[in-house]
Amino acid sequence: MTNSFNEFSRAKMFLIIGSNMTEAHPVASTFVKNAVIKGAKMIVVDPRRHKLAEMADLHVPVRVGSDIAFLNALMHVLIAEKRYDQPFVSSFTKDFDKLAAGVTRYTPEYAAEICGISAEMIRNVARRLSSVKPVMVCYTLGITEHTCGTRNVMSIANLQMLLGNMGLECGGVNPLRGQNNVQGACDMGALPNVFPGYQRVGDMALRAKFENAWGVDNLPFANGLMIPQMMEGLVSKKIRGFYIFGENLANTEPDIHKVEHELASAEFLVVQDIFPNETTRFAHVVFPAAAWSENDGTFTNSERRVSRVRAASPAPGIAKPNWWIFQQVAKRFGQQWPSNSAQEIWDNEISVLAPNLGGVKYYRIEGNGLQWPCPTEEHPGTAYLHKEGRFTSGLGTFMPAEWTPPAEVADKEYPWVLSTGRRLAHYHTRTQTGRCEGLNDILGEETADISPLDAQNLGIDHGEMIRVSSRRGEVKVKAKVTPEVPKGMVWMAFHFRENNANWLTNAVFDEITMTAEYKACAVRIEKI
Amino acid sequence: MADNQLLINGRQVAFKPGQTILEAAQAAKIWIPTLCYLKGATPTGTCRICVVEVAGMRTLLTACNTPAAAGMQVQTESLKVVEARRTVLELLLASGHHNCAVQSEGSGDWTDYQLKVQQHDGSNELCPAWGDCQLQDLAFRYQVKSGRFATLPGAYPTEMANPLIIRDFSRCILCGRCVQACNEVQVNRAIQFGNHGAQAKIVTPGDKPLKESDCVFCGECIQACPVGALVEKKARYQWRPWKETTVRTTCPYCGVGCQQLLHVQDGRIVKVTGVEGAEPNQGRLCVKGRFGYDFIYSEERLKTPLIREKDGFREASWDEALDLVASKFKQIIAESGPDAVAGVSCARSINEDSYNMQKLFRAAFKTNNIDHCART
Repeated sequence: MTNSFNEFSRAKMFLIIGSNMTEAHPVASTFVKNAVIKGAKMIVVDPRRHKLAEMADLHVPVRVGSDIAFLNALMHVLIAEKRYDQPFVSSFTKDFDKLAAGVTRYTPEYAAEICGISAEMIRNVARRLSSVKPVMVCYTLGITEHTCGTRNVMSIANLQMLLGNMGLECGGVNPLRGQNNVQGACDMGALPNVFPGYQRVGDMALRAKFENAWGVDNLPFANGLMIPQMMEGLVSKKIRGFYIFGENLANTEPDIHKVEHELASAEFLVVQDIFPNETTRFAHVVFPAAAWSENDGTFTNSERRVSRVRAASPAPGIAKPNWWIFQQVAKRFGQQWPSNSAQEIWDNEISVLAPNLGGVKYYRIEGNGLQWPCPTEEHPGTAYLHKEGRFTSGLGTFMPAEWTPPAEVADKEYPWVLSTGRRLAHYHTRTQTGRCEGLNDILGEETADISPLDAQNLGIDHGEMIRVSSRRGEVKVKAKVTPEVPKGMVWMAFHFRENNANWLTNAVFDEITMTAEYKACAVRIEKI
Repeated sequence: MADNQLLINGRQVAFKPGQTILEAAQAAKIWIPTLCYLKGATPTGTCRICVVEVAGMRTLLTACNTPAAAGMQVQTESLKVVEARRTVLELLLASGHHNCAVQSEGSGDWTDYQLKVQQHDGSNELCPAWGDCQLQDLAFRYQVKSGRFATLPGAYPTEMANPLIIRDFSRCILCGRCVQACNEVQVNRAIQFGNHGAQAKIVTPGDKPLKESDCVFCGECIQACPVGALVEKKARYQWRPWKETTVRTTCPYCGVGCQQLLHVQDGRIVKVTGVEGAEPNQGRLCVKGRFGYDFIYSEERLKTPLIREKDGFREASWDEALDLVASKFKQIIAESGPDAVAGVSCARSINEDSYNMQKLFRAAFKTNNIDHCART
């Protein structure tokens, strides 16, 4: 997020796109609702009329995967009607001409066809957005989990730069991140192209810095593989040794049949986790790890805040902290790592090596934590980025994007679109929430959410078992008939193994980030 | 006196325009008791425990919703104020099953009263809020002996129908904080005031159990409840404030990073609350953050390293398992090069874990084949 959660309750206007915040980020949504009660405007763009849409001034039910056409059309209107922030664009951005040319053909009428909404609604949204400043844009996986995810994100950035909503309190581009420490895992360099602190592995000076810090020679400088490439490498035998730490890939990746074939192909698989799960079934060695509240450390949330995590109870059996396990493997490769606690790792290594975290030390984050960039120990941390239009890379560059449809669209054989997401009471594959007393009583099974109209046409009753099938698999699941879902859509989650949406999802990926298209594939639904 | 000052108990106190007497007093660290007042929500003045005496006014005023004014002379603990508070407390104590030491029924028979409440509770435990009850605290502070008013029988049975939140209407003082927490703080709009007079009750639409309502079980109402009317079912009778230590930590679920207070007894988390005033959640939690902690105590946890044999896993020591992994990875790297190994890190675990994993892959294995689920 460029901005912070505590700005939500003071914001003047929200554009919330591809984010079912009340279920996926419940506490964040409460601050949005507080602002709306106080008079803030809210536009919710989502194929589903989810809970937050009930409080919106306008719900824009775009078709699944039509976001770029919608966003481009908004910018088309803003430029055509000269409703964009001309001083901001001329002072702080470049390539406006490219953007203007790029969105020319996205007239509201053209986009309306793609998005399944009226041209008037597009004009209405554009005018509303330009009437209030700043507008805060929040998005989640509804934007990123598409084959065009990167272009979706760039389109949102284009819009916010065009409106001059960057570098302002209560503005900005705000992806609400899914996992508690997905921001942190990125910051730590658990990515194939960067060291901790987003320092490129191919930069020879940075490579030398890490060789020096770690006391090693010949650090690899070619970018590594991303998860889908690794998985495919298991089958082609390009990858022979695979080490999975705390991910239940067998349930979370698209197309479970494919994933399980890949995992079963692994020559040597190490899984480090806190529970036996669908992925440990394929392991050759399992390492038992300490869980949340069993060791000290830090998480970094969506707003870049590094907060403390503290031990409350001991780990079971001889389970050990994850950092210790990695240190012990390294020892067997002849390396003696000096840091012997999470605090030593952070204070003596991470904050020394990652410039944006240089001022974050354990003694400073006993209470509310610190938001990076925080380069020195005197620095108070950064609540919002790009202050006064100062972008990290100089001028903000407009990167116009073309709309492309999802890789698989509804057709005669599979006439519905399946879109997936999360439900409130559970987290991902339920390895944790499924073992908490009470939560299974709140939500005990998966459903396929369908529209009343489709239910009526197919003669399906609420609560009836139906079959949902795609080109990759099928599941039997209870139908939940709900007006939240538009006609032509089936919506499911992946919390339960037997009717997990990932038996159906399509393993196609964004070309740059290799994020899978969980939000769109074609399915058929049938009465059983 | 300056036009932004008032006198509280003879002391000059500055206030900001729009502040209430209560807010001005709190800012000056002058204590005024509250029960129905919920910070951040609209003050209602319902419970009248915060009454103060203001010179020139014929009646006592509720500090929570009376604006501070220049030159106002306020007494927070005058005889008149204390008398009024004692009456409020007596009435509240008589309104339900407030069976702590100060309470006896009109008859004065303490034992009979306790037995009756225990029968209603279906338990011989102390009130689940014992030691964490603002009504109890105030009753002690103002030395209120009940008995002047007859105790009303609990008009409604306790709702035990869901696995997370117990609603004990016999202990509800109708302060309305839960209603504000639900409607103004979390904005889930699941509960409201219902019925009138002696039948008054906090209700869902149609007075259905929470499980059949719009309730999302965030538990904000429990955190707001000043008495024992709303308690966590998992913690009821287990959690006792004199047994606990508290640990501040960060929630393990979504990317909001809510700050939690773990209530720990004998090395076990028995309940979780939100840290008031903390960034980013200001004390708020969701159903997972408040109730999703006990997975760590599951008997199904992995407790020892495991090595695959033909017919399943066998338990192994750390040395054996670590040696096996290291030798196998060394062999693969020697035969096929470092890029023949790959790893996936965890977006749920601490930063220090991800750091060490990428360091292992880069510095020891010499490959950049390290990723995690940020892209999915």
